[in-house]
Amino acid sequence: MERKIRVLVAKPGLDGHDRGAKIVARALRDAGMEVIYTGLHQTTDMIVETAIQEDVDVIGLSLLSGAHMTLFIDVTKLLKDKGIDNVLVVGGGIVPEEDIPELKKAGVAGVFGPGTHCDDIVNFIKTNVKR
Amino acid sequence: MNDIASNVLKGEPRSIARLITLAENNDPVATDAMKAIHANTGSAHVIGITGVMGSGKSTLIYELTREFRKKGLKVGIIAIDPTSPFSGGALLGDRIRMTELATDDGVFIRSMGTRGMLGGLTSAVYDVVEILDASGKDIIIVETVGVGQAEVDVIKIADTTLVVLVPGLGDAIQTIKAGIMEIADIYVVNKADRAGVEQSVAEIESLIDITCSEKDRKIPVMTTVAKDNIGTSDLVKEIENHKSYLKKTKMFDVQRRKRYEAELVEIIRKRLMNFIFDESTFKGKVESLIDQISKKEVDPYTASEEILGKILK
Amino acid sequence: MIGKNELDNIKKKQSDWEKNCYSNHIKTHSERKKKFVNLSGNEIKSLYTPDDIAHLDYIKDLGFPGEFPFLRGVHPTMYRGRLWTMRMFSGFGSAEETNQRYKYLLKHGETGLSVAFDYPTLYGYDTGHKLARGEFGKCGVAISSLQDMEILFRGIPIDKITTSMTINGPAAIVWGFYIANAENRGINRGSIGGTIQNDILKEYIAQKSYIFPPEPSMRLIVDTFEFGYKEIPRWNTISISGYHIREAGSTAVQELAFTLGDGIEYVKWAIKRGLNIDDFAPRLSYFFNSHNDFFEEIAKYRAARRIWAKELKKLGAKKPRSLLMRFHTQTAGCTLTSQQPEINVTRVTLQALAAILGGTQSLHTNSMDEALALPSEKAARVALRTQQIIAEESGVTNTVDPLGGSYYIEWLTDKMEEETYNYFDQVERIGGVIPAIEKGFFQREIAEAAYKYQREIDNKDRTIVGVNDYTTEEEISIPILEMDEKGEERQINRLKKLRKDRNNSKFERCIAALKKAAEGDENLMPFILDCVHSYATLGETCQVLRDVFGEYVEPAVY
Repeated sequence: MERKIRVLVAKPGLDGHDRGAKIVARALRDAGMEVIYTGLHQTTDMIVETAIQEDVDVIGLSLLSGAHMTLFIDVTKLLKDKGIDNVLVVGGGIVPEEDIPELKKAGVAGVFGPGTHCDDIVNFIKTNVKR
Repeated sequence: MNDIASNVLKGEPRSIARLITLAENNDPVATDAMKAIHANTGSAHVIGITGVMGSGKSTLIYELTREFRKKGLKVGIIAIDPTSPFSGGALLGDRIRMTELATDDGVFIRSMGTRGMLGGLTSAVYDVVEILDASGKDIIIVETVGVGQAEVDVIKIADTTLVVLVPGLGDAIQTIKAGIMEIADIYVVNKADRAGVEQSVAEIESLIDITCSEKDRKIPVMTTVAKDNIGTSDLVKEIENHKSYLKKTKMFDVQRRKRYEAELVEIIRKRLMNFIFDESTFKGKVESLIDQISKKEVDPYTASEEILGKILK
Repeated sequence: MIGKNELDNIKKKQSDWEKNCYSNHIKTHSERKKKFVNLSGNEIKSLYTPDDIAHLDYIKDLGFPGEFPFLRGVHPTMYRGRLWTMRMFSGFGSAEETNQRYKYLLKHGETGLSVAFDYPTLYGYDTGHKLARGEFGKCGVAISSLQDMEILFRGIPIDKITTSMTINGPAAIVWGFYIANAENRGINRGSIGGTIQNDILKEYIAQKSYIFPPEPSMRLIVDTFEFGYKEIPRWNTISISGYHIREAGSTAVQELAFTLGDGIEYVKWAIKRGLNIDDFAPRLSYFFNSHNDFFEEIAKYRAARRIWAKELKKLGAKKPRSLLMRFHTQTAGCTLTSQQPEINVTRVTLQALAAILGGTQSLHTNSMDEALALPSEKAARVALRTQQIIAEESGVTNTVDPLGGSYYIEWLTDKMEEETYNYFDQVERIGGVIPAIEKGFFQREIAEAAYKYQREIDNKDRTIVGVNDYTTEEEISIPILEMDEKGEERQINRLKKLRKDRNNSKFERCIAALKKAAEGDENLMPFILDCVHSYATLGETCQVLRDVFGEYVEPAVY
């Protein structure tokens, strides 16, 4: 039996715009992945604990409220602090180009903004998953 | 004993999660660990919860878990959702209703896809129950895909099975008489603040009278409004009552025995299938037999004897 | 609308045309697509003729602007009398920074104010709350107290200009801040004009910035209706919104149907409370999206006016002012692209034009850079100029409802009305708006439509210029808005000082009185205003209501 890629799709912070997160969740499911969608208002602790229990390969963070520099990096930092280094972290939403280098340095492997084709996210994950 | 097994026995979350993944993927590392932990299992009370979509199962589980936690009990939750037969993927969204429990270290939640298995469970569920049991959970809740008549495998694994309904199902109760309605140890009518609750309870009770006259335990029909946490502490009492009843009548061990039988059968089936279809040398044989069946050069039964013959030798 | 003989003649001639001219042409020049479908999934024919609208009666179905059914416009002269309000949605960082932006926009010709709040404020949290981490000022201005409201409008004549505030869960409290600020400036209640969005039903359905469960939220909203028509007569106490429903991915018909359904629900709750419909209905307003399909959007606005007029009449409204639907429009944020952002100006122009041809009372045009960040000054100015060019240079304002009588538009308007009523029936069968929300009906319809739309784009069945066709490799480089980094710290210190300096025994008393009133059924607005005047913060006031009303958890739908 082939391994399934397990992905946690999470919305950190207070942002309530979930149209994209839901679409990505469905697209990943259609690509054969097991997607755990935890809904709105996730704190950093909730996201990382869920990622641990679900033993996910990927964490996908969706944020359109502008708080990505704080909240995405909170997640990558907490993963690092807990010594979790085999989870691919990707993000999407409203992220200006100029913020992307710092996010990548902090551990967000890919940022998928508006206009991204769902297949690009699927392929990125399949190519870059760490296990 | 290997590392992962000893960490699981200590209740360490990452090891629990890892072993679940390995077991689900039939990884040989898992086999050794599963062997090592079995002796430490058996004390957890396994509660199976099934019911129609929209019955509020996840919310009910959330509130039940909070009640158990108040008593200082540790809880493991296995939330099963259907795997798409087309893509092989799954949308596992039961955690949405339990989001507050994520940071309670006395609760471990795992979402699983059915991965092709019918019956409402997943093939690895027996392993996951053993893993959570061995890791020290007092209560293990298995939330299954419960759509109707075929999704009844939950009784194989649960000590106590709950069937959750909502008011206003009306005629639907009659049509799902067989299957899902026969497996309950406790019925729960959730969303009991809606119209039609008394009628639903009455319909279920008359169904019980028809189907369960010989058994000496009257199956209770509980009402809850899970989202407002109404009726959940009474439900917990009934669950505990059921466990006492099983122990008193020695049905507990009979039930457990059925679970181990189902588990053994599932493990044999899995390992046999993996052996036949995954071993590369053997696989060549299987592929050519399938070709021969297609060309009508051999029939499927004779073909199976060829494979089974090789194994039984 | 046309005599039977003439109609029969046209039908005959059309049939000839189809068999000859059209068919011959198609043989050698096939159409670009097999089917031309609009965003709601309706198939659009190659030609519309009098036959398509023969069933309409001009007097009954179209009428005249300013009269029932208000299809052609809510005022007799529309833009000939007064242009729509140019009202640019705006807000970021702290009150000081947003105050500057408001002055800039007013200087450049906007004619109404519109406040965007940050996420913590939208959820009723003060700056510095632990759940507000990272969110201060990022998608709107942070307003945590009356003091912030004072700073926000410093030097702005709020007795002469109206203000719209996009706030829902804590709307009553933020309205309280606005009223109290005006009162402190000596402005009497009769001179205060504006709108609070205050539409909780669409929060459950789409925008998701709800706080309390449905029943207490509806109670609070009806409280504002009542307080509004009695005390602040120039204020629109609700902006029943379709914008967010559309942004979440719905079709145009769903936007129309779900929004009007919400509106009717609010009216029913107010009537249940015992309010007289003709007292509060004139102050209900609407808020629609303006999306890409130009003619569909125009038909949508027209259908909305006619449906609302009919429904309010059914519910017993008698005054014309109760029956006419006034609405604000915003061009569709979800259609903006981060690729080649300059071309968003073109999109916004078309969307703005549709809203104007549809008869909007007030309009916000998005800035070109909003798929990347909040608008820079220059981008916001260009967006405002777009409206001004349409108003002054295009000539479309010379006559009322210029597209009235168009075979396509009238047919489409009628079709959308029919499909809206189908949705109304469906929701009725489910048990009503709130049961449908709890069952996830609207959310599911929206998620399906959103997913379908994305698949069409991914499969290139639908072209988005710059995204899946006509793409370039060039780097995106336009200036992005910078915010004051010290804003959050300044705000937190300000709050600390406020809590120390205020009369805390007065504060305690007002908070306790609010709690008691919330547990009962008195109108909460006077109690909220007392808290506001005592410099209770947004978070403190909201917490009282959270304690009494509880918090809402949404059903899982994806």
